[in-house]
Amino acid sequence: MTQIDLPFAKRTLTNGLDVLVHENHHVPMVAVNVWYHVGSKNEHPGRTGFAHLFEHLMFEGSEHQNSSYFAPLQQAGALLNGSTNSDRTNYWEVVPTSAVDLALWMESDRMGYLLPAVTRERFETQREVVLNERRQNYENRPYGLATMALSAALYLGDHPYHWPTIGAADDIRAMQLDEVQAFFRAYYHASNASLSLAGDIDTERAFELAERYFGELPAGVRPAAVRAHAELTHEIKLLLEDRVEMPRVYMAWHSPEMFGADDADMDLLGDLLGNGKTSRLYRTLVYEKRLALDVAAYQSSREIAGFFLLVATAAPGHSLTDIVAVIDQELQRVATDGPTEAEMERGAAQVEAHFLYRLQTVGGFGGKSDQLNAYNVFKGDPGYFATDLERYRSATRDSVRAAAKAYLAFDRRVLLSVVPAGQPGLALSGSEPVLVS
Amino acid sequence: MGVDRSRMPAVGDDPTFRFPAIVRHRLANGLQLRTIEHPGLPIVTFVLQVDGGSGADPAQLEGLAALTADMADEGTGSLSAIDVSDAFARIGGDYDVDVAPDATTFTLTTMTRFAGRGATLLADIVTRPSLRQDDFDRVRQLRLDRLKQLKDLPPAVAERAFLRLLYGSHPYGHLSIGTDGSLQRMVRGDVARFHASTFRPSRATLVIAGAMGHDDLAYVAQQAFGSWPGGASGTGSVAGTGGERLAAADSIEPPTAGAPRLAIVPREGAAQSELRIGHLSARRDTPDYAALLVMNAVLGGQFVSRIMLKLREEKGLTYGARSGFDWRRGRSPLLVQTSVRTAATAEAIRDTLDEFEGVRGSRPPSAQEMALAKASLTRGYSRNFETGPQVARSVAQLALYGFSDSYFEDFIPKVHAVTADDVTRVAGEYLDPPRLTTLIVGDHAAIADSLPSLGLGEPRILSAAL
Repeated sequence: MTQIDLPFAKRTLTNGLDVLVHENHHVPMVAVNVWYHVGSKNEHPGRTGFAHLFEHLMFEGSEHQNSSYFAPLQQAGALLNGSTNSDRTNYWEVVPTSAVDLALWMESDRMGYLLPAVTRERFETQREVVLNERRQNYENRPYGLATMALSAALYLGDHPYHWPTIGAADDIRAMQLDEVQAFFRAYYHASNASLSLAGDIDTERAFELAERYFGELPAGVRPAAVRAHAELTHEIKLLLEDRVEMPRVYMAWHSPEMFGADDADMDLLGDLLGNGKTSRLYRTLVYEKRLALDVAAYQSSREIAGFFLLVATAAPGHSLTDIVAVIDQELQRVATDGPTEAEMERGAAQVEAHFLYRLQTVGGFGGKSDQLNAYNVFKGDPGYFATDLERYRSATRDSVRAAAKAYLAFDRRVLLSVVPAGQPGLALSGSEPVLVS
Repeated sequence: MGVDRSRMPAVGDDPTFRFPAIVRHRLANGLQLRTIEHPGLPIVTFVLQVDGGSGADPAQLEGLAALTADMADEGTGSLSAIDVSDAFARIGGDYDVDVAPDATTFTLTTMTRFAGRGATLLADIVTRPSLRQDDFDRVRQLRLDRLKQLKDLPPAVAERAFLRLLYGSHPYGHLSIGTDGSLQRMVRGDVARFHASTFRPSRATLVIAGAMGHDDLAYVAQQAFGSWPGGASGTGSVAGTGGERLAAADSIEPPTAGAPRLAIVPREGAAQSELRIGHLSARRDTPDYAALLVMNAVLGGQFVSRIMLKLREEKGLTYGARSGFDWRRGRSPLLVQTSVRTAATAEAIRDTLDEFEGVRGSRPPSAQEMALAKASLTRGYSRNFETGPQVARSVAQLALYGFSDSYFEDFIPKVHAVTADDVTRVAGEYLDPPRLTTLIVGDHAAIADSLPSLGLGEPRILSAAL
């Protein structure tokens, strides 16, 4: 087995900012990556979409660079982006080694001095951009509203995962500038952030630069952790009509939170059920019986809670009912007999390769700088990479079987049928229409 | 010590860019082999590129190249599709096939200790696929069903319609998946013939990048691909289904006129209008490539560009808008792609057309825009060659276009040499605003009244049927 490792050094500035450094001089580039431990889970019903809108505003300027962040960074040859999910917001640049100072100056300026640059005009323009993003990526996309319907059913009312990260369209329209400013003050500061630098930089110099640019920033108040509980007590059947050709079924269960007990087992379970032609459900549904056009299964783990999702699209002439019957049979089988030895061996090879491939890039989404921040923010341990890998290596046939049995119960799940508009009869029987806005 | 926030830190000298050494080999059967040492992680990537992609589809059999490529991992020898998938999974293999207009590219990444197994498996499926009738029927049906689904995906509808508008019946004028009619017509024998005539060592290049020495990489290639039978060369053309010789797509001149100025694929109640605005322009091997990239960067090829700033950052009409070339060996589209708020459709089109016009003459790039475009194209260039898979795919591109091994190292100086006059000249030569075609996939009823103001004439109404 290959030795797979993600070496790093960590220091915490006096204002609470964690700084993580990984040296790799293969390419003359440095990845700068900042995580804020804030996401849509920190919002409230009727007031959703803040964290994501904020991500947009963070590129529009700060007090000392009071115009677009893209121009100077592009001029320096940087690639840059940011993203928001329910749990965190990240911002990154991959810059030539010669532009590390610039990237840190800018990241620190928007951490410490953003609000003077958040004007009403910028706010309103980005609000329109976000509404466009929402229409383009959700409303104008086949099956685009399905995950919103699922989240709403899995997590009720004021549970922080009830709403989508992009926010409800009405909430986005109703946002006020002063609320946006208050949101920034609550979450975007040194003690709620983590900075990582990976690539062509000397470790000591990286710490010096971090201190120089971020050391003066106020710590801010560390927000309280968000906690919530959710459970299903029965099977929920929902129906969504959409502009699609083929009916599709989504099956979702509550599952362990990220890095929680059984989280890795559920991940392995997703692979053996739905990842690739060799997976059980692809083989039976698509290859042998030809009831479905595609199938997917995965554990989606988040900070507070996870959910396990199975998705299959019906082949013409076949019903979702037939598909669900086959899936249920396979679920029953795996919960009783567990994976085969061959499936475990295959899973182990894929895990090893997956962890190894993740080490190929220093920057960007999922690169080494992003992973260090993820482990630091969610586990308080940037060195968790090795432990993370070990979670998968220590899984057994029995632990995977036990996880399937514990979590994938038929009487505690959400079944969502997405069917062509005007043909609700193609949904699973007894499904209730659901409204997504 | 405090930071000086009155001005941004200066950027230091650009790092020197070096591309790793490419060693060329040629196997006895004619297969071109290029190896690159990529030290570090124990990973190896194989890129097998075969001359002939969707542009080699015979007329009436559009989609044949893609279906043939798809059949590779459906079985070989005694292995079924499931067995092949299992064998890849057991070496942690990341397998992918891409069917582009000029080439079909198979990529496999695995761990170095499985280099031999991976190469052999790749060679088996690509050079000796089973092509069984039952697998053909299933794969073809999945593609027919996929086509039905694409009708609901505005970007796919737009891409398909736009290629047809620009290229007409030219071999580049269709999506690689083909059409419902062509897939219905296809039989297993078509795939077998296409495979036999196209998948030959003399038409292929194998690129391997990995944490191994050149000799070891070459040895692995020889062991796996050495037995691929050579046979006659089919340079530049492929056999059609009846055995007749067809010219390569890039040697056929696409139409220069006939595309409408405005077309619409109606999509009732659409949440947004999906737009494509462009025309056919340069070939990838044009000597003006660097100047065209600079022009495009100013126009809409990067975030800070005229179109993006206008449509998104100034007006908030879209989540994003981008201009670019869809490069091929033959004449390639230059186009803007975006998705805009329905009510702002005409405004977004007018603004885009205005920017095309501007960069061509009335508003040539300023010194600042030139500097930004050139810096963003060159300073971060090494980022494109960080991983083994990136390096291997890049070298395959050199083979596709017949570029020299020093191509990537020559790129930066070439961009630096581009002047504002060069940009104005290439804009004049390769960009012709009156010839631009605007395609809308959107709610026709909602925008019909606003379209005449564009002065583009009556829109041609198209169907979303793929």
